[in-house]
Amino acid sequence: MAQKKTKGKIVEKRNEVIESLEKFGGQIYSQLDSGAFPQLSMPSRSTENINYDPELRQFILGEKSVHRSARNIRHVKPFTQLVWAARFSYELTTQRKTSTLRDVYYSAQAYEMTFTDQQESNNILTDLETVLGHSREDLNIFPEERSAVFGDLTIEYTVPGYEGKTLNLTSHPDGVLIGPALTSSEFVTTSADKIIAIEKGGLFTRFIEENVHKKYNALLISTAGQAPRATRQFIRRLHEEMKLPTYIFTDGDPWGMHIAMVIISGSANAAHLRELNTPDARWSGVWASDIVNYKLPTDPLDDVDIKRLYELQKDPRYQDDPLWQREIKTFLKIRRKAEQEAFSRYGLTYIVDEYLPRKLEETKIK
Amino acid sequence: MAQATFEEISASDFFYRNRDIAGFTNSSRAIFAAIRELVENSLDAAESQKIPPDIYVRLSFEGEASKDTQIYKLRVEDNGCGIQPRFIPSAFGQVLFGSKYKLKQQRGTFGLGGKMAVLYGQITTHQPAYVTSSTGAAKTYAFKLMMDIQRNRPIILDRKVLINKDQWRGTIVEFTLEGDYLRAMPKILEYFKQTAMVNPYANLTFVDPKGRLYKFTRATTTMPDPPKETLPHPYGVDVELLQRLIQLTTTTNMADFLTGHFHRVGAITAQKFLEFSGLSPSKNPMKLSHEEIVRLMQNLKKFKDFLPPDASCLSPLGEALLKAGIMKELTPEYLVVHQRKPSTYAGHPFIVEMGLAYGGGVPKIGRFMLYRFANKIPLLYDEASDVSFRVINSMNWRRYKVANDMPIAIVVHICSTKVPYKTVGKEFIADRAEVRREVANELREVARQLGHFMSRREHVDKERKRLGVFAKYLPRIAEFSAALAGKETLPDIDKLLKSVQKYGAEED
Repeated sequence: MAQKKTKGKIVEKRNEVIESLEKFGGQIYSQLDSGAFPQLSMPSRSTENINYDPELRQFILGEKSVHRSARNIRHVKPFTQLVWAARFSYELTTQRKTSTLRDVYYSAQAYEMTFTDQQESNNILTDLETVLGHSREDLNIFPEERSAVFGDLTIEYTVPGYEGKTLNLTSHPDGVLIGPALTSSEFVTTSADKIIAIEKGGLFTRFIEENVHKKYNALLISTAGQAPRATRQFIRRLHEEMKLPTYIFTDGDPWGMHIAMVIISGSANAAHLRELNTPDARWSGVWASDIVNYKLPTDPLDDVDIKRLYELQKDPRYQDDPLWQREIKTFLKIRRKAEQEAFSRYGLTYIVDEYLPRKLEETKIK
Repeated sequence: MAQATFEEISASDFFYRNRDIAGFTNSSRAIFAAIRELVENSLDAAESQKIPPDIYVRLSFEGEASKDTQIYKLRVEDNGCGIQPRFIPSAFGQVLFGSKYKLKQQRGTFGLGGKMAVLYGQITTHQPAYVTSSTGAAKTYAFKLMMDIQRNRPIILDRKVLINKDQWRGTIVEFTLEGDYLRAMPKILEYFKQTAMVNPYANLTFVDPKGRLYKFTRATTTMPDPPKETLPHPYGVDVELLQRLIQLTTTTNMADFLTGHFHRVGAITAQKFLEFSGLSPSKNPMKLSHEEIVRLMQNLKKFKDFLPPDASCLSPLGEALLKAGIMKELTPEYLVVHQRKPSTYAGHPFIVEMGLAYGGGVPKIGRFMLYRFANKIPLLYDEASDVSFRVINSMNWRRYKVANDMPIAIVVHICSTKVPYKTVGKEFIADRAEVRREVANELREVARQLGHFMSRREHVDKERKRLGVFAKYLPRIAEFSAALAGKETLPDIDKLLKSVQKYGAEED
């Protein structure tokens, strides 16, 4: 496999983030210094300003913007919180420390910047993402880690104390957590030619046991349900930097289908951010039509499932590829759903030996 | 005048048998009523001469009477006008003998209370009463009295004449009675406090049986003008009164009769009324038949053009004194007082005065404190039946930014030549339409002012909070942005803070 040199991307990105924080602070400082109440504008994240961009194949924010001014009694507190959040992120990024949403909420108290609850501090961080155009992961603020990666990928750490050290992601059989240290690493080399993202941790472990990474020359990623933003960004980077096509396997129900969709086209909640989605990724299964074709053991769809299907049917992200509409219609027709584990009825290795290769072929990215 | 200055109405036996109608219901009420009646007599005696009252009350323990009651000696001293010696025995030893059968505002109206106290003392302890009095002349007279209850006559056991070299003026009454002070104590103390509130020009001293001293010091020596006596108003007369006037009159025609014996009836009003009722102005009132008198009474009530009674016969406290009294006893944060113009019911003039106190020394008890006064007497019983209580409770307080758990005290003073008490015990004011309307209008007036105060305060609070928010956050923005921008010095935000303050000051 060709070695792909990508070193420097992470450092470049970090400098970009630090610069944008300094610029933000500088603007506010000079407004104050010239005797004006500081103010700022940012794109509105209200529902009516969230549009689907078919070209980018993700949600983006429209023309509407919101204006915040420290002159306004209702704005001055959130304004201060926002500047504090920038100040805190600046400390994190320059000192190369990481934090979590929960940690941010508690850290604020040390600065006597109390938030009413964590929801309030989360919202302020989303504001900061919108203002800067960088995700909070870029600001070194991460969610609790739960998704993992396994396969032949060598990374080089950039976190303090590990700079220059490398790790091959096959070194630990449980997989490696997709946490701050990993996502801030440079990609050095890989022999894999594809990514297989799996909804469930149990199946991820089975795939490792069955040597799927070797048999199919793949990096395996457990999304652990709905993929965290750090994981989505990680997949995107692998796709972009290492040119790896991505195949997604989920449960055969509307929720599984949507897990795949969010990896492909992003979520409305992150409409203010870019580069979290992987538009070329494929949903490889379990499709509604697989349930029929493979005669899988099923459960009936309940009311919530059906309601969700009708919602997804109208969702702009589901309009591009006829696959989605076809599968939604099939679900609605058969009114059944199946989990990935349903293949066990044909034996433990059936899913790896029979189903997986057929589906990879069927959804192959040319 | 129908009623001569002093006259005798035989009745001590009646009141002996029916003492609860005068307030002497039981051993604790009796001791309260005795103190109250004598204190009120003393206040009247001082006020009639516009003397700032100095009243000293001492209740001392004399011995056990029964399981629940004790014998007490009650002594009340005042600096009032004093009583002429020839009237002293009857004033304290003869029921319904008095100086109060006149059409003017007074605390007592029957000339009954003081005597009832002495009578009650006599029937419970069989001891004489001692009365010492002087009008400030050369001599002081001291009497030892009992009452012949069956014949309603005073019995003089002893009489002393002393040289009054200090020119002392006033009256001292001392007698023993049975009662239950411990149970009566809260009401008695409340009575003194409220009396002090509505008589801010009086010094009140009370020494209780345990030797505890309660002192209420006057806040002013200004006193309201004493009330003047007045003629009956046409709307308030009945047939009996008309007949007495006719017997008494020296006038010989109806026009003179009306203008001479009725309040606010002049020649023109009399003429109009006589046309209205079809009576000849030249008719001799002595010649009116019984039917004509009845019709005259009915027409007097029907005729619309009589002027309302004037208030010269009333002696309200006035806004300044009411304010002084409430400030002295309640020390509120905010106080509004107001006096209504005189009004009338059934020919009786009355005036409503009100004070509304908020915060400060006013306790927060989950509902409004209500202080009710009639002719400067505190009304301490049957609050829920009182017209003021009802008016207060039917008011929409939210309009005035007032919630009923706020520390608010409402002081209502109604004065009249005839206070519309519902019962003889003088405990609460009847719910009469005219009185209710005046109380309600007065309450709205003071509530409106309290509402202004509340919104003003709310505004000031809001403004202070608003400035606080800027003062709290702007320096933080400066600090954080300087750190982000890598600046050593903080931006100058004083100008910004001043600009919000200036804006705030303008709004105040």
